[in-house]
Amino acid sequence: MTHTPLHARPRTHPHTPARGTPARSTHKAWRLLTPWLFLLAPLALLITFTYAPIANMVAYSFTDWDGVSPELHYTGAGNYTEIFTREDLFQVFWVSGYYLAASVIQIVAALYFATILSFNIRFRNFFKGVLFFPSLVNGVAIGFVFLYFFQDRGTFDTVLGLFGYHTDHAWLGTPTSANVSLAGVSIWRYLGMNFVLFLGAIQSIPGELYEAAELDGAGRWHQFRYIILPGIKPVLTLTVILSVSGSLSAFEIPYIMTGGATGTETFVIQTVKLAFQFNKTGLASAAAVVLLLIILLVTWVQRRLVPDDRVDLV
Amino acid sequence: MNRQLNRHTNRRTVQVLATVAGAALLLPGCTGTGASTKGADAEAPADPAKVSGTITVLTVRTDLVQDGTMKKYAAEFNKTYPKVKVEFQALTNYESEIKIRMNTDDYGDVLLIPAVIKKDDYPKFFASLGTAAERSKKYRFTEFTTVGGKVYGQSPVGVMPGFVYNKRVWKEAGVTQWPTTPAEFLTDLKAIKAKTDAVPYYTNFAAQWPLTSWTYVDGSVHCDPQATTKLAAGDPWAAGSDLRVGDTLLYDIVKQGLAEKDPTTSNWEESKPRTAKGEIATQWLGTWAIIQFQDAAKKAGVNPDDIGFMPFPAQTDGAYCATVGPDYNQAVNVHSPHKEAARAWIDWFTDKSGYDKDNLAISPLKDAAMPEVLKPYETAGVRLIELDDAAGAKVKLIDDESEVGIYKPEYRQDLVDLARGAKKGSLDDFLGGLTKKWTGAQANVGD
Repeated sequence: MTHTPLHARPRTHPHTPARGTPARSTHKAWRLLTPWLFLLAPLALLITFTYAPIANMVAYSFTDWDGVSPELHYTGAGNYTEIFTREDLFQVFWVSGYYLAASVIQIVAALYFATILSFNIRFRNFFKGVLFFPSLVNGVAIGFVFLYFFQDRGTFDTVLGLFGYHTDHAWLGTPTSANVSLAGVSIWRYLGMNFVLFLGAIQSIPGELYEAAELDGAGRWHQFRYIILPGIKPVLTLTVILSVSGSLSAFEIPYIMTGGATGTETFVIQTVKLAFQFNKTGLASAAAVVLLLIILLVTWVQRRLVPDDRVDLV
Repeated sequence: MNRQLNRHTNRRTVQVLATVAGAALLLPGCTGTGASTKGADAEAPADPAKVSGTITVLTVRTDLVQDGTMKKYAAEFNKTYPKVKVEFQALTNYESEIKIRMNTDDYGDVLLIPAVIKKDDYPKFFASLGTAAERSKKYRFTEFTTVGGKVYGQSPVGVMPGFVYNKRVWKEAGVTQWPTTPAEFLTDLKAIKAKTDAVPYYTNFAAQWPLTSWTYVDGSVHCDPQATTKLAAGDPWAAGSDLRVGDTLLYDIVKQGLAEKDPTTSNWEESKPRTAKGEIATQWLGTWAIIQFQDAAKKAGVNPDDIGFMPFPAQTDGAYCATVGPDYNQAVNVHSPHKEAARAWIDWFTDKSGYDKDNLAISPLKDAAMPEVLKPYETAGVRLIELDDAAGAKVKLIDDESEVGIYKPEYRQDLVDLARGAKKGSLDDFLGGLTKKWTGAQANVGD
């Protein structure tokens, strides 16, 4: 065998047509087009239901529109100045603190359960189901269910009564207690989602790593600390980012359960009220844009603090 | 805490770019109706047998649409207008749903005038039903929907705020006369608390909207038809003013432990049978609620005659006073292709349907008699007044601008929280804060 280097071989092939013929270029065009054809439906939906409304919203945020009147006036950056000069509009962000604290509990708990259930234990599929179930229930239904749960002499009081605690506490009665209760509901609801994410990430770690670690005498904690945690770092970062932005824009559960009464108003509830109760659609749109920018900023800061570098376990 | 994953963060960066680019392109398509049909009239048909078309009637009465009552009205209507087909659409969350629909031309043929529409904009959205001079001879409440001398809506019933109460419970507590002052009212509630098992007063804090009825004490405390005008011009919470008297009463009720134990988990639907059975003694609502409470009594198997109605505990010149106002006003969509048919429906529903009697409500016709339920009012010599609504539109503008929300629940929810001790501060400071917001906005809202 003579080893002719590749580039020394005759390059033209008698059967291949010269470059630039129609056949070749349409083939190439198709190859470029095919992925876009697949994306056509989702992109159309995305543009219609996300980008177009957002573009409209940004446009409204420079007007004094009331949401229905045929006439509107451009107020320039007036709405934005109002938002940044009114202290009361930003005070509601303190409420997000409760949800932020709840996210920490939520992530730790989800990580704990995901780790436990990724090893072989009895009834593990049953427990996976139990944990994931709340994520399947509609948020509105959850709100109503928990209203009954926290009612005076409701489910929660009954359960506590079984253990001999007879508190006469109105769970949604004071700002602190109401926010803690709502954040608790929020944990219950979103735990499953985090749990599934973590579980998926953990299961993508090759099993022989654990075996090797066990041979080296690593216990469960060390396996978690040196194999699982680095292995799921990207998912963990993503979850933290989502949790922070979720805390800033908590809406569904407090809106349905208390309507923002008793100091449970979040920034999004306040925005909705501005738009639909006081008919300040322009100001509310500006508030929504501001929230978007805040979340982008927070995400960017997080990315800078915790760079998302790929971890190589093997 | 998380939203679902479809809100991927990386996409957000793209969104912002797309937004800025898109905003410039999409601006012209922003606002809704280009309402070019200004000042259309919905004439009453000359010949009932000839008028034809299918009309869609929007309503808030989901209950009546579900139980077929509305269909019965339509069948009755067809006896006079055989060629008109009436279809109903019941909206549960009327205000917010209609607001979005009114950005298009398609919002039914007959609808209820939503609170969100500015009065000056009525001609852009609705067809007129006639001149104020002519309609006010026959109908009440024409002024509430009059713009430029033309009337744009008509309420099928008149409503009057007041306390729905359980007569039996009040009697058991030894109260036989309606209280005449807020202080006396509180004493009576204390008697109910001491002598019966009932909750003396139920706030309906969680349902939110029942709390807004407290704004309707306005006018009845001092028997003043100009109460609305005063809201627009002066300080609604000045010492001794109607709203302050009403708010102080609500505050005292809650503060003195005369309301339900945990308002945050109160339940409106449950409160009806509970009041009928005598577990709840009193609620501040309006005449529209009487029929609902009586129905709840029938369902619960207790005597519907136990449901009573009393005016606000205040007397002017030795007489109680109550304000009569319109419920939702029906109007004709200015874009409707069947304006005659739509007008025919409104006329028939107001004059001949018996909807007012079915609801034990005050008739919108000036010459009609008072409903049976209000017999005690006649015996007690309660004066009924209609508020002058000339400044109603301005009050709404100030209300939105100031974000006080006198017709919105937050204001009273905060008041109840304050009285329960779930919010810090004093009543005077709270009302003073409202005054500050309100008068600050008054300056920005021109006539």
